[in-house]
Amino acid sequence: MSTEANVHAVDHNDDHGHHHHKQTFIDKYIFSTDHKMISKQYLITGLFMGIIGIAMSLLFRMQLAWPDTHFTIYEIFLGKWGADGVMDPNVYLALVTIHGTIMVFFVLTAGLSGTFSNLLIPLQIGARDMASGFLNMISYWMFFLSSIIMLISLFVEAGPANAGWTIYPPLSALPQAIPGSGAGMTLWLTSMAIFIASSLLGSLNYIVTVINLRTKGMSMTRLPLTIWAFFLTAIIGVVSFPVLLSAALMLIMDRSFGTSFFLSDIYIAGEVLHNQGGSPVLFEHLFWFLGHPEVYIVILPALGITSEIIATNSRKPIFGYRAMIASILAIAFLSTIVWAHHMFVSGMNPFLGSVFTFTTLLIAIPSAVKAFNYITTLWKGNLQFNPAMLFSIGLVSTFISGGLTGIILGDSALDINVHDTYFVVAHFHLVMGISALYGFFAGIYHWFPKMFGRMMNKNLGYIHFWVTVIGAYGIFFPMHFIGMAGLPRRYYTNTAFPYFDDLANINVVITIFAIITAAAQLVFLYNFISSIFYGNRPVKNPWRSNTLEWTTELKHIHGNWDGDIPHVYRWSYDYSKLNKNETDYVLAGQDFIPQNIPIQDNEEEMNH
Amino acid sequence: MTVFLVLIVLFLFAITIWQMKKIFILSKVKPQDNSQIATENDNNNQGKLMLVFLVFFYIFLIVGFWNWSSVLLPESGSEHGKDIDQLMLISMILIFTVLILTHFLLLYFAFKYRGIKNRKAIFFADNDQLEFVWTIIPVIVLSGLIIYGLFTWTDIMNIHEDDDPIIIELYAKQFIWEARYAGTDNTLGQANVRFIEGVNTMGVDLSDTYAQDDVPVRELHLPVGRKVLFKMRSQDVLHSAYMPHFRAQMNVVPGMITQFALTPDITTADARLSDEIIKKVANINTLREEKSKGLVAKGFEALDPYEFDYLLLCNKICGASHYNMQMKIIVETQEEFDAWIAEQKTFSQTLNP
Repeated sequence: MSTEANVHAVDHNDDHGHHHHKQTFIDKYIFSTDHKMISKQYLITGLFMGIIGIAMSLLFRMQLAWPDTHFTIYEIFLGKWGADGVMDPNVYLALVTIHGTIMVFFVLTAGLSGTFSNLLIPLQIGARDMASGFLNMISYWMFFLSSIIMLISLFVEAGPANAGWTIYPPLSALPQAIPGSGAGMTLWLTSMAIFIASSLLGSLNYIVTVINLRTKGMSMTRLPLTIWAFFLTAIIGVVSFPVLLSAALMLIMDRSFGTSFFLSDIYIAGEVLHNQGGSPVLFEHLFWFLGHPEVYIVILPALGITSEIIATNSRKPIFGYRAMIASILAIAFLSTIVWAHHMFVSGMNPFLGSVFTFTTLLIAIPSAVKAFNYITTLWKGNLQFNPAMLFSIGLVSTFISGGLTGIILGDSALDINVHDTYFVVAHFHLVMGISALYGFFAGIYHWFPKMFGRMMNKNLGYIHFWVTVIGAYGIFFPMHFIGMAGLPRRYYTNTAFPYFDDLANINVVITIFAIITAAAQLVFLYNFISSIFYGNRPVKNPWRSNTLEWTTELKHIHGNWDGDIPHVYRWSYDYSKLNKNETDYVLAGQDFIPQNIPIQDNEEEMNH
Repeated sequence: MTVFLVLIVLFLFAITIWQMKKIFILSKVKPQDNSQIATENDNNNQGKLMLVFLVFFYIFLIVGFWNWSSVLLPESGSEHGKDIDQLMLISMILIFTVLILTHFLLLYFAFKYRGIKNRKAIFFADNDQLEFVWTIIPVIVLSGLIIYGLFTWTDIMNIHEDDDPIIIELYAKQFIWEARYAGTDNTLGQANVRFIEGVNTMGVDLSDTYAQDDVPVRELHLPVGRKVLFKMRSQDVLHSAYMPHFRAQMNVVPGMITQFALTPDITTADARLSDEIIKKVANINTLREEKSKGLVAKGFEALDPYEFDYLLLCNKICGASHYNMQMKIIVETQEEFDAWIAEQKTFSQTLNP
C-alpha cells in the first residue's frame, strides 16, 4: 500500500514540479488551487468572523453586567433592536445564538482546522499539494458563501436566528414562538447546509492526502502529531457532519413542507398545529451526534499543533509519541459514543443516562494521558519561550482546568443541577473555546513565517499572551460560581426577580475581564496585519524544527519544493539526541535533526 | 469584599504590565537582534513570569472562594439533593487536588527549565512504566466516581409506585408555569392540546372521570417529607423545569410526558431560618437598598425587600421572556398543605359553578 502510494507521489512530483505557467491575479489570490493560498484564505475569513463573534459577546456581556444602563453603543450596532440604548430581549438571544454559531463553526472549525490542515498536511507529509486542489478550492468558496449567508441573516427584518446555537425545535421551527425562527432561521439552515458540504469536501481531501501522498519514508508512525490530529479530525467530521445535515434537512421540511419529524401536540398563538407524532428529543439526538464530536473537531487540531510546538520549543521529543497517537485514536472513537451526555435531563430513558455517563467519563482517561505527556515533555527541557510556546502552555492549562469540570457535567447525577447553567458555559468555553483559540494563536505565531514569509513581533506576542491568559481565567473562573448558584444560561437579565441579585457584582467582574481580554486581541490584530507587510524576514528554519515544511524555500512556489520532494528517514522528534558516545549531539553543535537527514553512523536507531 | 477583589486584580494586572514593560526595555537593549526569536533574556523573563502566573493562579482560586462561596446554592431542600451535594463535594475535592498539582508541575517546570545558557535538554522519548501509572490512576479514580455516580443517578431516577407519591402535573407554556394536582383519586385526567378552550388552559379532557377532581393552580404547594412525582407537559416549545434548591431538573417536551420525583424535606419557613439563607437574604437586601436609593433619586419606586422562596425556573431557551418564566414553590407542613388544597377549586367546580 505505502510503496504504491509513494511511487504515485513521485510521479505526481514530476508532473508538477517543473511547470511554470503564468498566474493571473485571480488564479493566484482568488480562485487559487494552491493549498498555501487556500490556507491563508481560510485564516483571514476565520479571523474576520472571529472579530464579529467576539464583538457580539461583548455586547451581551455588557447587557448582563449592567442590565439597567442605557448604552448608545447598542443603538449604533443593533439599530431598531437597541433603540434608546436598551437591548431588545430577542436580539440578546440572537447575539448569543450567532456568537455560538460563528465561534464554533466558522472560527474554530473552518478557521482553525481549515487553515492549518491546508497549510500543514501537504508540507509536513512531503506532498506537492492536496490530492485535489480543485475540490480544495471549492471547499473554501463554499465556506465563504456560507459565511456570507450567515452575515446576511443578521440583517433580515425579523432578526437573525435566535433559538440558541443548538436550534432545538419546536422553538427553531415556529416563527410564532420567536421572531428569529422566520427568515433568519431559514438563512441559518441554508448557511449551515453549505458549510457542512464545504467541511465534507475539505475533510475527504485531507484524508485522501494523508493516506496517499506521503513522501518516501514517511510511514504513519513517522508523521508529526499535527498530521495525526488533522487526519482524525477529518475522519470524525466525515462521520458526524452528515448527521447534522440530515437533521437540518428534516428541520427544513418541518418548517416549510408540513412534515412532523420533530413536532407534535403544539398549541401556539391561539391555535393547534396539525403536527402529530414527532419528537424534539430525536432532533437532540441527531444534533448532538454531530455536536459532541464537533467539540473534538475543534480541540484535536489545537492539541496537534500544541504537540508540535511544545516539542520544538522544549528541544525535546514529545513524550510518549505512541501514547499520544493512541489517545487521539481513543478520543476520536469515544467522541462518537458520548453525545447523549448533553441530554441527561432531556426526557430520554434514564438507563441511557447511565450508559452515557460511563462512556463520557472514559474519555477523561486519554485526555489525562495527553495532559501528563505535555507536562513531561517540559520536564528537563530547554524551553524556548516564543509566543507560540506560551500559548501552547496556556492551552495545556485551560485544557486541564476546563476538562476537570467535565467530570462533574459528565456525571448524570451531578448534571441534573448544573445542566444549562453558567457552569456549563464556563466549562466548555475553557476546555474547547479558549483552549482551541490558544491552539489557533500558537499555530499562527509558529507558522506565520511559513505563511507570510515574515516574522510576527514577539514582544507584542508576549503582551497578547499574558493579558489574554489572565483575562480568560478572569472571565471563566468566576462564571463557575454563578453557575453553581443556579443561574440558568440564556437569561436576558438576572434581575427580573430578586433571587440572583447578589450575582450582579460577579457579572460586572466577568464583563470587565471580557473587555480587557478583547482589547488584547487588538494587539494581536495589529501585530498580525503589520507583520504581513513590515515584519522582519525570517531565516529558513527560524524555530530550528525537524518537520519538512521548514525545508521548503521561503518564497512560495507552486509544488512546494523547487527540486525533488525530500525523502524521510526518521520521525519528527529527534531533538537533543546525543551520539553513541554521548559526547555531543548527533549532528555536532546542532540540537535537532530534520526528518530528511538520513540516519548517521554515530547514532543509535530507535524504534518509537 | 468586591472592592478588595478588584484591588487585588488591579494590583496583579499592574505587576503583569510592569513585568512586560521590563521585557520591552530588556529587549530594546540589543537593537541589533531583530530576529523575533526568543532570546536567552526572553526565556529568562517569560520563565519567571510563569512562576508569577502560578502564584497569581493560586491567589485567584483562594480569593474566588473567599469572595464568592456565599452566592452558592444553600443546603438542599430535598432528600436526594443531599446525595448529589455529597457526590459534588467529593468530585470538587478531587478536581481541585488535580488542578493544583498539575498546574504546579506545568508552570514550575516552565520556570525551572527555561532555556538559559548551556542548558541541554535530555532525550527522553518514552517510558512505559510512567505511561502505565498515569493511565491506571485515572482509570481507578474514575471507576470509583462512575460507580458512585451511577448509584446516585439510579436512586434518583427510579420511581417506585409503592412510595405512594403525590402526583402533580407541571404544565409549561410561553412564559408561564401552571400546575395540576391529581386530586383525591391521585390520578391525573387525560389531556391534550386539542382540548384547550376558555378556562381549560391545560387542555384537560373533561369527559375523563379522573379529571373531575384535578385541581389547577398557579402556585405550587408541597407537603414536607412526602414524595412528589411531577409529570410534565408543554404546549408549545421545549422548557425545562429547574428547581435548583431541590437539585431537580427535567426538560418539558411538547408531545410527551416527562417526569421527576423528589421529597422536599425542609419547609419554606424552616429554610428562611437557616443561617446560610439569612445571610444571603441580608446581602441581597443590602444590595437592593443601595439600588433603591438610586431609583428613588431618579423618581422611580423603591424595590421591595426580598424574602426567600423556593423557585421553579425555566432552564431551556423558550423565547423572549425566557428569563422571567418562574413559579413560586411553598413547602409546608401536611396540615398547612391540607388546608390550602381544600381551598382550591377542582375542575368540575370551576366549570360547573
